[in-house]
Amino acid sequence: MRAALVLLLVSLAAETAAQDARRSGYAEMGPALRAMQDDDAANPASLWVLEGSTLWNARDNAGLRACADCHGAPETMQGVAARYPAFDAKRAGAVDLAGRIEECRTERQQAPPFGRETRPLLALEALVARQSRGVPIASDPALAEVASVGQTLWRQRIGQLDLSCAQCHDDRAGLRLGGTPIPQAHATAYPVYRLEWQGLGSLQRRLRNCMTGVRAAPYAFGSPEYLALEVFLARRSAGMPHEGPGVRP
Amino acid sequence: MSVRGLVSAPARVKRGDVFEVKTLVAHPMETGFRPGFDGRLIPRDIITRLTVSFDGAELFAMEMSPAIAANPYVAFPLTLEKGGVLTVEWRGDNGFVAEARIAITVE
Repeated sequence: MRAALVLLLVSLAAETAAQDARRSGYAEMGPALRAMQDDDAANPASLWVLEGSTLWNARDNAGLRACADCHGAPETMQGVAARYPAFDAKRAGAVDLAGRIEECRTERQQAPPFGRETRPLLALEALVARQSRGVPIASDPALAEVASVGQTLWRQRIGQLDLSCAQCHDDRAGLRLGGTPIPQAHATAYPVYRLEWQGLGSLQRRLRNCMTGVRAAPYAFGSPEYLALEVFLARRSAGMPHEGPGVRP
Repeated sequence: MSVRGLVSAPARVKRGDVFEVKTLVAHPMETGFRPGFDGRLIPRDIITRLTVSFDGAELFAMEMSPAIAANPYVAFPLTLEKGGVLTVEWRGDNGFVAEARIAITVE
């Protein structure tokens, strides 16, 4: 009994240590970039948040509801971005934040969808993500199956370079790739302002970036493969604080 | 698009104290040197001038060039003798104009 208890404690401690070993991309950045993310006046994603709050109150089609008409103030969305992708009964599968906003737009607002990676959609995503700063990332247990599909994709070697996500971001995190530090790839700060992009982009855009990097044919935006990877990454980062919208090099 | 520029400064400052004003504006800052997907140069589209004024009087202006990154961030120190409204205006190619204001009280 006592031995079992000790074993349990040891395994718990090991688990905590393993969790402590997780580092957000924020921790890998220099002090200048961290200051840029922390200061709303310097974080360029604030421009998208600002645009999002205009859209939040805008009625696109005369007479139809604005986001604010159903949801109230943007602050009511606190914690929402941290628990997406979520399980959606209608789809019997996962839906990410962009997908949910688009669904709201087409079904409740009866307006044409913005389309993935468009400025207004990213602006609304940034506004919603902003309300979840500091909220621990949660992963929906109902999505266990999708997460395991995501994990398979994560470990799948792809592209002409024949590399899997895991080979860099699990096995070689903390080392360097062509002078650039390899992060552990925790999806904590999306949508993210990337200096390389000179703009805001979603996690799917970031995944696409890595896929073209290993010279693989990227999936289409909104594809089930990207969604599965998003679900898996949320599970992998569960418990870490949400930083969105963040800044990354 | 009504809001394109952001300006932030403390709402209250002490007379004579030096504080920092931070400005940020949404702009692609297209250099004019980059070819697009069709191989042709994308025409230049940049902010050319940033003007900062206080209660209508110009404090300083800054010429901007193609070498400045997208969504330019400009910060500067300021000290005030009396309160008023700080206005930041960005002007650029293709008739781009954006303005942001902030009221500052001096005590």
